[in-house]
Amino acid sequence: MHFALTSDQRDFRAALEDLLGCSDTVGAARAWADGDHAPGLGLWKRLHELGVTGLIVPEEDGGLGGSLVDLVVAHEALGHHLAVGPWIESSAYLAVLPEHRGRVAQGELLTVAAPYALDADVADLVGGTPGERVESIDPTRRLYRVSTGAVAEGAAFDIAALAAAAQLLGAGERVLTEAVGYVQQRQQFGRPIGSFQAVKHRLADVRIALDFARPLIYGAAAGAGPDPHPRSVSAAKAFAADAAWQAARAALQVHGAVGYTRELDLGLWILRIRALRSAWGTPGWHRARVLESLVAR
Amino acid sequence: MNLDLSPDELAFRDEVRAWLAEHVPARPLPSMDTSEGFEAHRSWEAELAAASLSVVSWPREYGGRGASLVEWVIFEEEYYRAGAPGRVSQNGIFLLAPVLFEHGTTEQRERYLPPMATGAEIWAQAWSEPGAGSDLAALRSTATRVETADGAGWVLNGQKTWSSRAAYAHRGFGLFRTDPTQERHRGLTYFLFPLDADGVTVRPIPQLDGEPGFAEIFFDDVFVPDADVLGGVGDGWRVAMSTAGNERGLSLRSPGRFCAAADRLVELYRRAPDPRLTDRVADAWIRAEAYRLYTWGTVTRLAQGGDIGAAGSVNKVFWSELDVDLHETALDLLGADAEVASAWTDGHLFSLAGPIYAGTNEIQRNIVAERILALPKEVRG
Repeated sequence: MHFALTSDQRDFRAALEDLLGCSDTVGAARAWADGDHAPGLGLWKRLHELGVTGLIVPEEDGGLGGSLVDLVVAHEALGHHLAVGPWIESSAYLAVLPEHRGRVAQGELLTVAAPYALDADVADLVGGTPGERVESIDPTRRLYRVSTGAVAEGAAFDIAALAAAAQLLGAGERVLTEAVGYVQQRQQFGRPIGSFQAVKHRLADVRIALDFARPLIYGAAAGAGPDPHPRSVSAAKAFAADAAWQAARAALQVHGAVGYTRELDLGLWILRIRALRSAWGTPGWHRARVLESLVAR
Repeated sequence: MNLDLSPDELAFRDEVRAWLAEHVPARPLPSMDTSEGFEAHRSWEAELAAASLSVVSWPREYGGRGASLVEWVIFEEEYYRAGAPGRVSQNGIFLLAPVLFEHGTTEQRERYLPPMATGAEIWAQAWSEPGAGSDLAALRSTATRVETADGAGWVLNGQKTWSSRAAYAHRGFGLFRTDPTQERHRGLTYFLFPLDADGVTVRPIPQLDGEPGFAEIFFDDVFVPDADVLGGVGDGWRVAMSTAGNERGLSLRSPGRFCAAADRLVELYRRAPDPRLTDRVADAWIRAEAYRLYTWGTVTRLAQGGDIGAAGSVNKVFWSELDVDLHETALDLLGADAEVASAWTDGHLFSLAGPIYAGTNEIQRNIVAERILALPKEVRG
């Protein structure tokens, strides 16, 4: 029993934080939204060099042969920094499939219909051809219709949903940090608004929700066997989606009107969380899957 | 990162599981807050103690078996899974004992821990006063220094209230003001006292379920010898708070309790599925599972030398609200039968106290906000 990261995993997380923290990830995301992929692709390449693309791809296929815990560490950091590109599709979903994982490990941008194909203008769509573009509420996610070949339930889907849960956790932590920083310095009625109980309690509830999302996600990743248990994944995704959205709502609320602007970066995370909440299974879908699995025990 | 149990831990789990399967009473004991149920629960504690299972995490010399934190969590998981009786000795073994281990004298430990472990002596807590609830530091009960022919000590006066188990318990523990010139958290001292001492009057108070689960305690010149001061004179606040995390966090509410309740909720749903409640049933199970895994994270941190600290407040808000929601979901599944007294209605009424005791959830959220998120203190007074 040791429910904590190993020192190698902590080092990996620190290396990711170093790389992402000193890259202009938000600038890359804004450019990506405008159709300028260059900064985002540069970031993808640097993360590939760190091994993130082929993290869970077996070594014989050119990957690092890492664990699902490693994958979760990486995706938490990607969510925390608003990374753009088909990370879940490539480094989680397709990284599991023998016929595609070699290309994933080489750093290619690949995408799948889930059911929309994310970033199919820049990534190679596996198993279909992209149709017309549809507008995501998250401008940094460029979605395309696909007529055939949508993803199906299975280990790859579960690992993708787990990665999405980890990104939600990372993004939720980020918006909480933004909210805490803002209420510490924003003054109204002659004092920081963070001294008011109504504000404190709302942010405390976010802290609590995220603290309990984390063990569900890491627990699903650390479970026995190479594949995660679908019930554990669904528990993690449903809870993380709710916790992250709670964080987004609270962060928006305490920022007031300035939070409701595109000028402040906060909004980009809010929209990302909203999008990831329904991608790879809505909370309702995952809850139903948890209960079906329990009732069938 | 792994969630596997070692062979020794698995063997311990199997032993506990087998013992409980053989010994847990087939029918629930009467409420521990009736005189009959109180004695039945004490007998159960004695039975647990005879198998060295009443206080597994304590050292052997006091009746435990020196179990690790992991084993303690395993024990609790098995205990609740088996539907074993509630712990009438809870205030003593979970709240007072950690203070005795950390701040007590050897003499105090030898005198009080063994009878606590067997259920021979049941302890009541005495924190709140009529004017000091969430604002505990406003307490006004006093202890005055006296020198008598029998020795030196203190005379207690004042009133405590909402004292859990005090209606039937043998002894109590609580804070009294020993220095009237000091205010708030200063000048307080932690005392141990017998509830049958001269000058002590206990008035039981029926709780929402009708049973006297707590009581008022009146102190009218109650003599307590120096030997029953726990920690330093004037150091009571620090002594009490050093183990407050035990009450809010790990030891009082182990994950086993919620996992077992969530499993029973799923079973209830399986027998009478109501598609309108799918989300809530699933959510209760997910939150219990989150609590279970979170606890393993805490255990790992403690084993590495960390402490619970303000995270005890995160814990307390989560489990207390989970407990209420889980039981309310069960009642909604029961439909019209939700009104009829049952284990679910008992559990529900019990759960409603959770957001209040051990520091209200509003106080806990202040602690989370100020000590974990580092938000500015509110302007008080």
